[in-house]
Amino acid sequence: MFTPNTKENQQEMLKVIGAQTLEDLFKDIPQDLMNPQYNLPAALSEAALTREVKALAAKNKPMLNFAGAGIYEHFIPAAVNALSSRGEFLTAYTPYQAEASQGTLQVIYEYQSCMCALYGMDASNASHYDGATALAEACGAAARIKGKNKILLACAVNPQYVKVLKTYFGFGNNINFEFVNTKDGITDLADLEAKLTGDVAAFVLQTPNFLGCIEDGDAVSQIVKAKGALLIVSANPLSLGALKAPGAYGADFAVGEGQPLGNAMAFGGPGLGIFTCKKEHIRHIPGRICGIAKDADGKRAFVLTLQAREQHIRRERASSNICSNQALCALNAVIYLTLLGPAGLKEAAELNIENAHILQQKICAVPGYGLAAQAPFFNEFLIRCPVPAAKVIKALAKKGITAGYDYGKVCKECKDLLLVCATETKTAADIEAYISALGGI
Amino acid sequence: MNNYPHNLLSIEKSVAGRRGVRFAPASKRAGDYLPAGLLRGEEPRLPQLSELDTVRHFSNLSRLNVGLDTHFYPLGSCTMKYNPKAYEALAAHDGFAAAHPFAPEQSAQGTLELLYKLEELLKAATGFDAFTLQPAAGAHGEFTGALMAKAYHLSRKDKARTEIIVPDTAHGTNPATAAMCGFGVISIKSAPDGRVDIEELKKALGPKTALVMLTIPNTVGLFEKDIKAIAPLIHEAGALLYMDGANFNAVIGTVKPAEMGVDIMHINTHKTLSTPHGGGGPGAGAVGVVKNLEEFLPQGRVAFDGKKYSFAKPSKRSIGAVKSFYGNIGVLIRAYCYLRQHDGQTLKEISQNAVLNANYLKALLQKHFPVFFDYPCMHECVFTLDAAKMNGVKTLDIAKRLLDMGFHAPTIYFPLLVPEALMVEPTETESRETMDNFAAAMIKIYEEAQTSPDLLHKAPQNCPVKRIDEVSAAREPDLHW
Amino acid sequence: MYNQENCKFAKTHEWAFIEGDTAVVGISDHAQHEISDIVFVELPKTGAKVEAGKRAAVIESVKSASDIYAPVSGEVIAVNDALTGDPALVNKAPHGEGWIFKVKMSNPAEAEALASYADYKATL
Repeated sequence: MFTPNTKENQQEMLKVIGAQTLEDLFKDIPQDLMNPQYNLPAALSEAALTREVKALAAKNKPMLNFAGAGIYEHFIPAAVNALSSRGEFLTAYTPYQAEASQGTLQVIYEYQSCMCALYGMDASNASHYDGATALAEACGAAARIKGKNKILLACAVNPQYVKVLKTYFGFGNNINFEFVNTKDGITDLADLEAKLTGDVAAFVLQTPNFLGCIEDGDAVSQIVKAKGALLIVSANPLSLGALKAPGAYGADFAVGEGQPLGNAMAFGGPGLGIFTCKKEHIRHIPGRICGIAKDADGKRAFVLTLQAREQHIRRERASSNICSNQALCALNAVIYLTLLGPAGLKEAAELNIENAHILQQKICAVPGYGLAAQAPFFNEFLIRCPVPAAKVIKALAKKGITAGYDYGKVCKECKDLLLVCATETKTAADIEAYISALGGI
Repeated sequence: MNNYPHNLLSIEKSVAGRRGVRFAPASKRAGDYLPAGLLRGEEPRLPQLSELDTVRHFSNLSRLNVGLDTHFYPLGSCTMKYNPKAYEALAAHDGFAAAHPFAPEQSAQGTLELLYKLEELLKAATGFDAFTLQPAAGAHGEFTGALMAKAYHLSRKDKARTEIIVPDTAHGTNPATAAMCGFGVISIKSAPDGRVDIEELKKALGPKTALVMLTIPNTVGLFEKDIKAIAPLIHEAGALLYMDGANFNAVIGTVKPAEMGVDIMHINTHKTLSTPHGGGGPGAGAVGVVKNLEEFLPQGRVAFDGKKYSFAKPSKRSIGAVKSFYGNIGVLIRAYCYLRQHDGQTLKEISQNAVLNANYLKALLQKHFPVFFDYPCMHECVFTLDAAKMNGVKTLDIAKRLLDMGFHAPTIYFPLLVPEALMVEPTETESRETMDNFAAAMIKIYEEAQTSPDLLHKAPQNCPVKRIDEVSAAREPDLHW
Repeated sequence: MYNQENCKFAKTHEWAFIEGDTAVVGISDHAQHEISDIVFVELPKTGAKVEAGKRAAVIESVKSASDIYAPVSGEVIAVNDALTGDPALVNKAPHGEGWIFKVKMSNPAEAEALASYADYKATL
């Protein structure tokens, strides 16, 4: 399909090699394994493929989206994809040959700088797979640093993240997780203090949490630090345009899902795992890190550094097995942040806050609906419905609206809870459409 | 002098008050909705650039990069084949890209159908019985596979299997994966021909062995010709056989891995299935398994009842989830496109041409650069240097000189057991002329080593920067502005 | 102070300078040369127990991570913190300012089994 060598080319090349046929090159493969039958459909031309895949895309119904729960719909300026799809970025490999990869490397350095600025931290890696896996790596690092295998999780950590943590650490490289209760939408400080025993390596806080609520980082941090444990914070990067940075309240590791920064929702992937930490934990960072160097003329250059942490050198004692990361998604994020700047990011964050609050007030004005978690929220909030949330979702889906996330999926007693999100993409008309659909149930 | 743009950091071009994007501002401030104690004090130190400044900044940065679209990129083990442009356009289609993962299933039928059919295509191309599409990369696929092996043994109450065997030629991800999954790593020495030493394997196998991880063909570019003896040995010992699919491009369309006795395998879509690597990722690491391991696959598999597609309820024995949601969908769409453009015949042309190009390069270069394991190679060939003839020139010098000559360098200093290794993987999408040009450049470099080795020590001279001092970068890390 | 001549050597290229029941540990000039430019030293923790022949520290160059084995068993009573800021000291003065850690020996007889400089040199 994409093989340029003609039959004549092949014959000439075989002659140089000293072989008769192409099959001769595969002599090491046992004959009975060779050339199996392939039950594949007929190969498509580009034109036919385009028709087929567009038809598949057309089977997806565009929805007016009010779901968040880990992936958020945000406006993506056209320049983001126009720049990141340039072949020099798109079709490069990991920048092993630094002198020929200064573009990718400077992008990584600028990405790391933006993440450190946003999260208020000292160091960032070049990206991880997604928010959940970045959190898993932070938990692994914290357990290693402290030499303890118990980690406390706030109850309102994204349940998908919890599931990933349990998969990562439930089969041998054990970390025991224990939950800290939630009270009025945020972490119950008394429960946290009680459960922070001497065998705890770290506490994991998510903010905004999975109830949509903004956690009180200062209060949590004070308690965690007093007990000598590490603080791991998972934070939505876009919220940090307005909300306090995890570094400002002493997080040791700050991670997050970077999709909101210029990356499409893409049905949940690829995402962007943000991983940052304090200076003293630099040796525990998983994956690539770019640093400034000098070239032979003393000119500033960029290079992958601190590589002896990584799998290709340390093998079974590496900080992680990660090799490929999410570089292109990190590129989207850094272009997005460069376009917005601090003022634009704040503007975007404030619009999220405003739209979510307007929608929340309007929903709560519909008879039977009320706010289920009272703490301050960013761009999503938890609604108690008079009927099962699944029923609301089904009814609104018929009108082309994704009503939110059904809490009944993760908690049997929560079937009437609906997590609703309104980002800056929602107009007054969108919000009216939601309210009118809700009134019709 | 070169014509590369001089690139300041974006923050160095920043002017307070400048910006590239404006939103219609909110009517009230954050502080009107939220308590002051939760709000940010200082604003983050992000660049302040106009849209044009931003476009120029990143466009010029891209010009400091070498990519497959611009250069031959024979990076061994990375399978830098052409990434068809049609797939970029299709994957970016709003129908896919704008879908929220918690949108109702009936609104996502197109994506679900594509994922379901991708699994069918992968099964047909490999012979496995089931796939997970969730892992985000090759190493993440290894992790998924090794965890499934663990879950499998535990489900049989076989708690003694605490070790994974890897050959000393393995990629670093294999032992790192084993350790991440809580296994001990048993590294076995390769035979003198670079392949698995069956006697060493027999010695290492036992009641503690959970999994044997083999890269096929291996990292020195050779097929495990005794695979039909190796697989039964592993199974008789009660262990499972994992195939690292990093080098699958060598045999796609020629061999079905499941028919070799492999139990678990990951496929790097960004290698064999032509999805672009993006300067480091995202990739995807679909993992295929034989029937008796299907129940351990992570969540997010798609089922079809004849009418509609939906997410299947994960089995009780599923290992859970290795990341959020269902996989790197944007990447998987491209992989689907690639497989839909191939049938049995054209799949075979991939491996045939990949192997032909590698052997052709080997033939052209062998007189100047010895091949460490001198057998007919598969899709890549590992050269070494004859130190006596190189005048002090090292592999690193050769790699840098290649950059000057308009080629990306091969993988260097890997595999570790080959001194001064140069691992060249041309892939099937390159032409004979490119092989000839690359070989000519390599031979010219060989000649330069005889006449002007200093030129090589000082390479590159034509890149955006000259040779970089990695030591001071590591001793005094400067990791952000 | 210690120098090549008054130290004892392990086959794995570490030296030990014995003073009573204490051993100062570093790596040989040959080893630092082989590793080349050292960019990081992962030191053991003070108070940690080390065992002769087992890994006690790691030395990193840009492209490698080399295990440093304890030449004798015992408890780490001091580590060379200067290496955190300036790992190149191991290259510059492997037998001086580039020492790595000090061990209070639990089995001083182990030191007897180490090679003299002359014997070590003969193996290179």
